[in-house]
Amino acid sequence: MSQFLRRMRKDPYLLTGTILTGFICLLVLWGLICSPYDPTEMDATARLAGASSAHLLGTDHLGRDVLSRILYATRVTLWIALGTVGVGAGCGTILGALTGYYGGLLDETLMRIIDVLFAFPSILLALVFVSLFGTGTSQVVLALGIAFIPSFARVVRGEFLRCLVQPYVEVARLQGVKHMRIIFVHILPNILPMLFSSILIGFNNAVLAEAGLSFLGIGSQPPYSSLGRMLSESQAYLFNRPGMVLAVGFVIVVMNLGFAFLGEGIKRWAK
Amino acid sequence: MRSWRKGAGKIALLIVLSTLTATLGGCASGKAGQSDLSEITIGIPQDLDGLDPHRATAAGTKEVLFNIFEGLVKPDAAGDLQPAIAENYSIENGGQIYRFALRSGVRFHDNTEVTAEDVKYSLDRAAGLGGGEPIVAALSKIEGVEIKDAHTVEIKLNTQDTDFLPYLTVAIVPQHIEDLEKQPIGTGPYKFVSRSPQENVVLTRFDNYWGEKAYLRDVTLKIESNPDAIVMDLQGGSIDMFARLTTVQVDQLSRDQFTIYEGTMNLVQAMYLNNAEKPFDDVRVRQALCYAIDPQQIMDFVSDGAGTELGSSMFPAFTKYYLEELNHTYDQDLDKARELLTEAGYPDGFSFMLTVPSNYTQHVDTAQVLKEQLAKIGVDAQIQGIEWNSWLSDVYSGRKFQATVVGVDAANLTPSALLSRFVSDAGNNFCNYSNPAYDEAYAKAYEATNDADRTHYIKECERILSETAANVYIQDLPEFVALNKKYTGYTFYPLYVQDIAKLRPAAQ
Repeated sequence: MSQFLRRMRKDPYLLTGTILTGFICLLVLWGLICSPYDPTEMDATARLAGASSAHLLGTDHLGRDVLSRILYATRVTLWIALGTVGVGAGCGTILGALTGYYGGLLDETLMRIIDVLFAFPSILLALVFVSLFGTGTSQVVLALGIAFIPSFARVVRGEFLRCLVQPYVEVARLQGVKHMRIIFVHILPNILPMLFSSILIGFNNAVLAEAGLSFLGIGSQPPYSSLGRMLSESQAYLFNRPGMVLAVGFVIVVMNLGFAFLGEGIKRWAK
Repeated sequence: MRSWRKGAGKIALLIVLSTLTATLGGCASGKAGQSDLSEITIGIPQDLDGLDPHRATAAGTKEVLFNIFEGLVKPDAAGDLQPAIAENYSIENGGQIYRFALRSGVRFHDNTEVTAEDVKYSLDRAAGLGGGEPIVAALSKIEGVEIKDAHTVEIKLNTQDTDFLPYLTVAIVPQHIEDLEKQPIGTGPYKFVSRSPQENVVLTRFDNYWGEKAYLRDVTLKIESNPDAIVMDLQGGSIDMFARLTTVQVDQLSRDQFTIYEGTMNLVQAMYLNNAEKPFDDVRVRQALCYAIDPQQIMDFVSDGAGTELGSSMFPAFTKYYLEELNHTYDQDLDKARELLTEAGYPDGFSFMLTVPSNYTQHVDTAQVLKEQLAKIGVDAQIQGIEWNSWLSDVYSGRKFQATVVGVDAANLTPSALLSRFVSDAGNNFCNYSNPAYDEAYAKAYEATNDADRTHYIKECERILSETAANVYIQDLPEFVALNKKYTGYTFYPLYVQDIAKLRPAAQ
């Protein structure tokens, strides 16, 4: 931890990344502990109200508090990002590790399948899975997660191929250490920094992909909201209430930059 | 330290710029407005699916072709049928024979006169009498069209039907035109000039029109495929008129620049229930939902209180059949709703899936307000948005749903367009409504030989739907039309029609 703080003082990327991500985490905590209103509570008397002391960011077209909805939506979006990367990185790492380590027919078969998946843009792939699983938050997590597997598998496999010829792996092999132990204890910790920065890039892609899916109306379902859905809803009153689009857009931008800088900072640190 | 500060500054700038890019990305500027009031540019939401009036199916195409083509009769702004190409008509033999006397001097856009042969050709073509399938399915009732003399045409049906006249609005086209898609020539107040796919359709006034001539000479129909650009294009002056705006869009338009006309969409918006699916197979559950909701509150939320409350499958444009008292069959009464639920065996309420077509903002918003209202009696509506094509295949055709919020319109101005779908074995009975009493009342309405009896039974049908709470009826949605103040005269029709001929320059 103290190492991290010391490093932060030297690297502006790590510092801003931490601050921006911290800001997002604060928003989530605020929403969890003391959200000003229930994010689905409607008020017919205050539709599209401007900013006031009662509603800091005003209300939307159904009289729901925008700030509370943003706090809630940030949580939803963050959970989708974590879940997606969890599924993608988890399965991707295992696939990449096995194919990279064993090689041969297994490698050829799995990598060709992954090449095929790679040929489709991940958002298109996610759309196919959404149509199979149905709409809803957890379905979106699963769909995006599967769509993310190929890129993680690729990264991990490459790293494994690089490590396989390193002396410490060869020594371990000659000593007769079990394959699984070599994969998970000897090689995996050595590629963690690389993996970690792809995970953070994955977060960003997940946030954007979810925003895209929700924007198309197939992500989280109303009356609940994610940042993407809010952005899509608020563009309808871009002219008379530009504040709402700006607020939602700001949170998405901060979240993305935060993850990106954090990833970059960690990558530089590892070097 | 210095590089640190520089980095932070850059990052702050990046945040601001990316937020701006994200929000302003959709902006596009419009052209300057025209000053010549003999022309107008009207925005339409989608490209036409064809120019052949018999083959066009999209409502958005028909509303444009209404200005180019006419039938023997033609609806007026009240929805009543007025003679057009025919001068007068008589219905004989209990509705089996329709005799039309043609108006003399009616000309096609190429200045040839409309003859009885053209009328026979058009009807034969649309009804598929020259062999092959009828192009317009409803016209399959026509057994034959006979030319009595140069100015009289007689249409014989294969059954008696006194309600057939609305179908005879079908376009009369010239016999000598080979391909209507390329040469859409009709008799309407406007004639076709040109068309650029996905861009525009250009019309010009037909000066030899038999009736009251149009005011504006040149009309450009501009296709506005991006709904977010409509408000900008209106304000920028690149379009002068747009129909079917949402309240949110209307709120953004300046009242100094635009006249906003408010009408109704002429459809029945309801939470349609799958009457064959548990728990909605129990009439008490359906009634409980009706008692739980408040249509006025929904209108307040969704459209600032605009809209017309409905209590059955009939909207007020059908002045003869609409029963206003049915709006009060179920005034909001939460205690009664809970009581009915308990009786039906759901004292703690239940949960159901509410499928909504996600492209229709007004239906999605309505569903969200419904969810809040139903929560008060312990019923949990889980909203599931689906894309329009899936809605059509899964909900409408497949009938695989519990409840859905949607608007059902009438294809023509006959009450059967709204009521026939609730007959037990009707092919389009997507609610699986089945009630022998209703079937009987509906059959009686269509067996009735006089108008009073028929009206009586049609009203009976409406009452049965209301009493058995076939669906949770909500409202006839409001429709807003924005017209630049330079023009005036927009007229609503109780049908899906835009009558451009009635638009005129505003008095200076």
